[in-house]
Amino acid sequence: MSTTLSIEHLTIDLPPGADRPHAVDDVSFAIDKGEILCVVGESGSGKSMTANALMGLLPPGVKVRAGRALFESRDILKLPEAEKQALRGARIAMIFQEPMTALNPLMRIGDQIAEVFAAHDRFTTAERRKKALALITEVGLPDPEKIIRAYPFQLSGGQRQRAMIAMALALEPKLLIADEPTTALDVTTQAQILKLILDLRDRRGMAVMFITHDFGVVAEIADQVIVMREGRVVERGTAARVLEQPEHPYTQRLLEAIPTGKLPQARAVPQEPALEIKALRKTYRTGGGLFKPVREVRAVDDVSLTVARGEVLGLVGESGSGKSTLGRTAVRLVDPDGGQVLVGGTDLAALSEQDLRAQRHKVQMVFQDPYASLNPRQKIMGALTDGPIAKGVPRAQAQSRARELLEIVGLGADAAERYPHEFSGGQRQRIGIARALAMDPELIIADEAVSALDVSIQAQVLDLLRDLRERLSLSILFITHDLRVAAQLCDRIAVMQKGRLVEIGTVHQIFLTPQQDYTRQLLAAVPGADWADSWQQQAAGA
Amino acid sequence: MWKRFSSNMGAMVGVVLLLAVIVVALTAPLLFPNGPWQMVQRPFLAPMAVDGLPLGTDTLGRNVAAQLAYGARVSLLVGLVSTLVALLIGVPLGALAGFYGSWVDEGAMRFTEFFQTIPNFALAIVLVAIFEPSLASITIAIAIVSWPPVARLVRAEVMSVRKREFVDAARLAGLTRPRILLTQVLPNTVSPIIVMASLMVATAILLESSLSFLGLGDPNAMSWGYMIGAARTVIRTSWWLSFFPGIAIVITVLALNLIGEGLNDAFNPHLSRRRARAGKEKA
Repeated sequence: MSTTLSIEHLTIDLPPGADRPHAVDDVSFAIDKGEILCVVGESGSGKSMTANALMGLLPPGVKVRAGRALFESRDILKLPEAEKQALRGARIAMIFQEPMTALNPLMRIGDQIAEVFAAHDRFTTAERRKKALALITEVGLPDPEKIIRAYPFQLSGGQRQRAMIAMALALEPKLLIADEPTTALDVTTQAQILKLILDLRDRRGMAVMFITHDFGVVAEIADQVIVMREGRVVERGTAARVLEQPEHPYTQRLLEAIPTGKLPQARAVPQEPALEIKALRKTYRTGGGLFKPVREVRAVDDVSLTVARGEVLGLVGESGSGKSTLGRTAVRLVDPDGGQVLVGGTDLAALSEQDLRAQRHKVQMVFQDPYASLNPRQKIMGALTDGPIAKGVPRAQAQSRARELLEIVGLGADAAERYPHEFSGGQRQRIGIARALAMDPELIIADEAVSALDVSIQAQVLDLLRDLRERLSLSILFITHDLRVAAQLCDRIAVMQKGRLVEIGTVHQIFLTPQQDYTRQLLAAVPGADWADSWQQQAAGA
Repeated sequence: MWKRFSSNMGAMVGVVLLLAVIVVALTAPLLFPNGPWQMVQRPFLAPMAVDGLPLGTDTLGRNVAAQLAYGARVSLLVGLVSTLVALLIGVPLGALAGFYGSWVDEGAMRFTEFFQTIPNFALAIVLVAIFEPSLASITIAIAIVSWPPVARLVRAEVMSVRKREFVDAARLAGLTRPRILLTQVLPNTVSPIIVMASLMVATAILLESSLSFLGLGDPNAMSWGYMIGAARTVIRTSWWLSFFPGIAIVITVLALNLIGEGLNDAFNPHLSRRRARAGKEKA
């Protein structure tokens, strides 16, 4: 096989004052024709910087210091801008994590694909349209004639990513760089996109540089793997070798941190309910005017479930399944259309604004985005004591409790006097948990609380939650899109689809004997499921 | 914050210029103990023609330098106070509209639009004419015509901040809505308000000058606009009478604009870095 891209001793400088001098430090690797190389690492490992350097898309202040990137026997790092531009799109194409922001929102999909040809002066207008149609068909988008005339907002996340791939493939590139292309997608959609990339690789024989943080994805598609950490390559090898016999301790740690399908021991859970949701309904109505019918989305459609005291109930579903709306309705951030939310005998759904305020403390929430969920202009102490003080706890007592909680979540009491921006994502999530605990709630709702975190940080936060569950006998409604995560923490799992509760059962029931097709689909779509099993067995044997 | 601001050349020039104007305004009674209205020499003396009158005399033989110094007091005072009053009207109205939405928003915004449909300057003239020209009436008139953009800005900022998760968290903590608005939402809207206020002071100074130019100024207060207005008939024979107050206005407004822009860059470092880079690439 011939080498498509070979990177030699690439070093990229960060601007002075950054946390380390080099974003990428002396990195070398090669990708052969028709090969998929996965670059794996956590955020800040320099994996995206490497890709951006190849495309000439480095952010301001970041410069290539040394090294070569040979592509078609030319060093693409040293090409003048005009030649780089000719290369981009035509010979090297890139797809991004968030297809919504990478597509022009005001242009039809067909026009955007045709524009790729136009930018490189290929074909006539009619031919461009025909080619665009062919590409849309090739990436498996349904009803190509309709898609070609659609705007990005009319497509789902997975369809947008397919459209992006169609654009990337337009000029038959030799090399496709994919930067976390499936991270923002649901598991089932992710599985489809991964399959599409594999298909296209086989059909067209392109080389693919696939950047990801997810070893499950690696297990699905990689031929070769390099693991990056703080700008350096710590391990490289074939996918099978790296996944089964990782040599570097960091790789081993990453692999261990992955939430796998391994099922924890079932625990005995008391039957006394902490939260009872009965026939809860919430419908969103959008649009509607003189000539347009109102569009109704049943976000939560007649859902009933119970979380027992001391139990962790996982609520799993794809985006749009209504799982977040259910969580937000249960704490009355969203007013339900009907049904009951019983916490300790009180129906939260029926309370007036004022009565509700007195009951708020009973159910607390840990939010998804650790960066948006803390007020940037308020010290941590304020965030942790506002609620208890409003509840009537004396200030001094609330403050000492806040310090205690910061110790419990592993941050140390001195964190109280600092501002949120001084903390990393994982630390902020710990603060979010401490804030919820400060109210002495009967139930905590964690809405995708670990989804925005790196695997190793995710594992730490999950450990913390597991520890708290034991120590404080917490009841948690744990909302997640990730079955693997749910399996690690939860006692029971509820599966939602299109606003309805599809299946509910213990972790063992859901994983081993799923009753519904949809649950089976979800389980099958988990990336690297087979590999994870074997890895687990091996680990158990060792 | 201060580090980013102070590393901005333009902003520091603005600060120095504005400080100079403030010092002159504050020390005017010490520099010119006789006030701006006293005749000191024969009329129409050119600058530097006589010792002690570096900027010459006006149509009535008054010291132009003294007039400028006292004019600075009026301009700065009117600019600052009218901006404060405009903020006092605009911030609460915009905050309530953005936070509570529905009919509060509708009402507040229709009320705001009512003011926005009338041209600023025309409204200011009418208000001053009705109230009789005095420093107080001019200040209030300027405040009344300049609060609507503040209300709109604050409303938009509040609307975007109140959707953030930490506001949800505050609701779950059982805080009352007014308290959430005051302690969680408003502090996160301060930076754009400060930037806008610094630019509003500049606009207010221009408005005051324009009003005085038209003879609608306070007859007992010497102001730059009044000086230019009075010198308008002799502009061809005695250029300095309109030139120096004109320069004074330009310097003050420029200084405030530079400071406003510097604050904006300091509050939004992401944007300012991009701009610095664009500048370098052009060069």
